[in-house]
Amino acid sequence: MIRAGEPLLEVSGLCVDYGSGDDAVHAVIGADLALRRGEVFGLAGESGSGKSTLAYAIARLLRMPGAITGGEVVFRHEGGAVNLVNAGPAQLRELRWNQLAVVLQSAMHALNPVLTIEVQLTDVLKAHRPDLDRAARRACAGELLKMVGIAPDRLASFPHELSGGMRQRVMIAMALALQPQLLIMDEPTTALDVVTQREILNELMDLRTEFGFAVLFITHDLSLLIEIADTIAVMYAGRIVESAPAGDLYLAPRHPYSYGLLHSFPGLRGPVRRMTGIAGSPPDLRKPPTGCVFHPRCGYASERCVREEPSLATPAAEPAGTAHRVVACWLHEPGAATPAELAGLAPALESTS
Amino acid sequence: MTESALLEARGLTKHFPVRSGVVHAVDDVDLEVRAAGITAVVGESGSGKSTLARLLARLIEPTSGELLLDGQAGKAAPARARRKYARAVQLVLQDPFSSLNPVHDVRYHLARPLKVHKLAGGSLDEAIDGLLARVSLTPSANFSAKYPHELSGGQRQRVAIARALAVAPRLLLADEPVSMLDVSIRLGVLNLLADLREKDGLAIVYVTHDIASARYLADVVAVMYAGRIIESGPAATITSQPAHPYTELLLSAAPDPGRSNRVPVRGRTPPPNPVTPPPGCRFHPRCPHAMAVCASDVPAMTQISPGHHSACWLHASTAGKEA
Repeated sequence: MIRAGEPLLEVSGLCVDYGSGDDAVHAVIGADLALRRGEVFGLAGESGSGKSTLAYAIARLLRMPGAITGGEVVFRHEGGAVNLVNAGPAQLRELRWNQLAVVLQSAMHALNPVLTIEVQLTDVLKAHRPDLDRAARRACAGELLKMVGIAPDRLASFPHELSGGMRQRVMIAMALALQPQLLIMDEPTTALDVVTQREILNELMDLRTEFGFAVLFITHDLSLLIEIADTIAVMYAGRIVESAPAGDLYLAPRHPYSYGLLHSFPGLRGPVRRMTGIAGSPPDLRKPPTGCVFHPRCGYASERCVREEPSLATPAAEPAGTAHRVVACWLHEPGAATPAELAGLAPALESTS
Repeated sequence: MTESALLEARGLTKHFPVRSGVVHAVDDVDLEVRAAGITAVVGESGSGKSTLARLLARLIEPTSGELLLDGQAGKAAPARARRKYARAVQLVLQDPFSSLNPVHDVRYHLARPLKVHKLAGGSLDEAIDGLLARVSLTPSANFSAKYPHELSGGQRQRVAIARALAVAPRLLLADEPVSMLDVSIRLGVLNLLADLREKDGLAIVYVTHDIASARYLADVVAVMYAGRIIESGPAATITSQPAHPYTELLLSAAPDPGRSNRVPVRGRTPPPNPVTPPPGCRFHPRCPHAMAVCASDVPAMTQISPGHHSACWLHASTAGKEA
């Protein structure tokens, strides 16, 4: 019996390149992350930060010229631990959808326009559940639709007869058809209106409570992630620059990029103050900057940042027992003078001090 | 209405004929933009907000209603009147990747409006340098010879804004100017718009789906739903004390990291089909407070407090009792 909170997915040192040789673009560099069972893990980043590439690499869905060039992805399921990077086609086929399902970014277009919802929903059951006969598959598909709040009589509909929100719900139902342990969602609600987005997220959270699957949720919208995720990793130019529990990241960001990103979203409360965002624009990954990739846009950059690249480490000022936060920034080295706004106390610490 | 209105729309309506009937894209919209004011038009996709922007730019002719610039209705457009209108009102589009011509450099894009409107005067280069400086693309020598593909999204949007500023307009219509840009550079473009208003007294209509950014930038917010404006008022009032149930729904659904408890979102009905909008209040099928009257009669704009109006029977009835 496997319980919530136990490790489910451990990614370490994962590297992904597009192309090869000297022209290769390093899209993901040395990514480390760990998901526990039942956890919502948020991956935040701008376009081109490598967040989708990382997700595709985890599911082994990368297409040429994308290739994993290093690291491992250990997936722990009932049958034991598998390094997905080395897994063969048969093993992947066994794991995908059964254990690990993906909801893609363009779910609006991911449905086949010439097949009914029923055909598309029962297709996965046909492939993975040979024990079910046609009537059972049909009943099961109806149950799946009901689960995401769509009337089962919609089984006969074609995708164009559904609204964008309903199509996205069908995609979620399809991904959950075999009750996977891990759901990878790549910008699942970006194309939807805010009200529909909120409805779908509420449903997703209810389903997670019911079935206990973990979610790797990828989005550019950090403010949304803070509301729904347990842990958040922030990516920039192919690297994870900070990873922390959602509340800690929101109230006390450590990396200058996380801080800037959090101050790029105007809020709905409090006085309207002028905010600055982040100067400059994201780097061209074909010619990444030397040292810390964020240094050309960073207000705190020193000479060292231009020369040496920092690696992910627990911030020096972090008290023992809070090792769940890591940040890649020289400002948090032991002995470094950390600016006050990047050394704010996390809420848990504030209450004890 | 008021003397100080720079641009005023009265009963602006746009219907597009389609095979199955008529798309009610914009219906009976009243809007007033003051000199040096920023008005945000907030709505979901399909609410008619972009059609409204195009109507205000006179890119399309309204089905009915009128548009008053400085209190005067433009003559139905011979080229000269059209050009005069364009000198005062300019439009910036959502997608800077497609609104700039990939085969021309930045200088060409900025020189075009100056030439068309015969504004170059002394030196074209000087005018172009000045425009690039106004959108913070400096030193201008680095940018004027660049092609769109050599620029980042944020820089492209700045070029599009500079092109609109070339004719020295008094009103800038910005249709989702930041939604295609990366999160970290959106604020820079919003701040640029705020500066243009502050320094140059430029009036702006900011069309967006993001009510938080509307609160950040605008003085006045108008909320659109299914082709109608259902609430308008000071930005701070609309976001802190919304009067219309739809505005409430929009606010409760918006991401808000400061919120501690989960928000219930009522109703699972999508916005109505614009070809067959529901009778009465168009929000009534989704509204938790819907009454019998909502399904039959269109509520009129009722004043909630000075400057704050809402089209909802909940307020119409209380106003009626007080009067």
